[in-house]
Amino acid sequence: MSVLVSNQSYDFNSLKELLGVTDGNLASHIKALEREKYISINKSFIDRKPNTKYKITDKGRQAFKKHLDALEAVVRKQRL
Amino acid sequence: MKETPEYEKDIASIRTMMERSVKFISLSGLSGILAGVYAIAGAVVAWQLVYYPRSPFSYRIETLQAKSALTWLVITAACVLVASLGTGLWLSQRKAKKHGMNLWNVTTKTLVINLAIPLITGGLFILILLQSGHYGIAAPACLIFYGLALINASANLYDEVRYLGYSEIVLGLIAAYLAGYGLLFWTLGFGVLHIIYGAVMYYRYDK
Repeated sequence: MSVLVSNQSYDFNSLKELLGVTDGNLASHIKALEREKYISINKSFIDRKPNTKYKITDKGRQAFKKHLDALEAVVRKQRL
Repeated sequence: MKETPEYEKDIASIRTMMERSVKFISLSGLSGILAGVYAIAGAVVAWQLVYYPRSPFSYRIETLQAKSALTWLVITAACVLVASLGTGLWLSQRKAKKHGMNLWNVTTKTLVINLAIPLITGGLFILILLQSGHYGIAAPACLIFYGLALINASANLYDEVRYLGYSEIVLGLIAAYLAGYGLLFWTLGFGVLHIIYGAVMYYRYDK
């Protein structure tokens, strides 16, 4: 989600390389995000090779922001 | 509940991931320093071709008459460019390998496109100007287009590069105003500034 919120879209292989995870690991996380409608999937072909791109949805963006806000709130409270 | 340090680590790793997906972090400050050195070497060659035996700090009022001198100047500039790019690529490849990352990925592709558009536009523009005999504008135009290219690519690079871009633009505008000091400003912009910013980036990110 951190990656998708900072980029217009990101494809499967670039995500795999950046996060350093296996195909299966990434796929299961993506499935969970897609089930929550936090990301959208765009499958196409580039040079006859399948290429899957992911985009964050508005719902996903809001959820991510809430998550960050919650984390920061806890940190701020513990500091007082 | 997790302890505070855990949450702080979570936030930090989110921020890091966001940055890593957008910025080309393998750019080595050392390549900036070397590019500056090459540029100064090129400027010395250019001085030999054009100013000799006058001091490089004197004001040039006459334009270049010898076509051969112009060709040599362009060749010198091209050599400096190729040397800087080559060194930059080689050093960045080394740094990327050290971090276990691929040099060529989505981020670098975006970076190259963002850099290329102003640079190619500027390059063509300057060549056209040289064709029609507007030699005085070449050095300022180089600086300005380079600065614009850096700012265009600044989202994909460390923040220092953006400030380098601003400096180049300002220097280019001043150079355009003081048209006779073209070589001096070229040396300052491509030589001295690169060494300064390269050194800053080296100390901040490479050590």
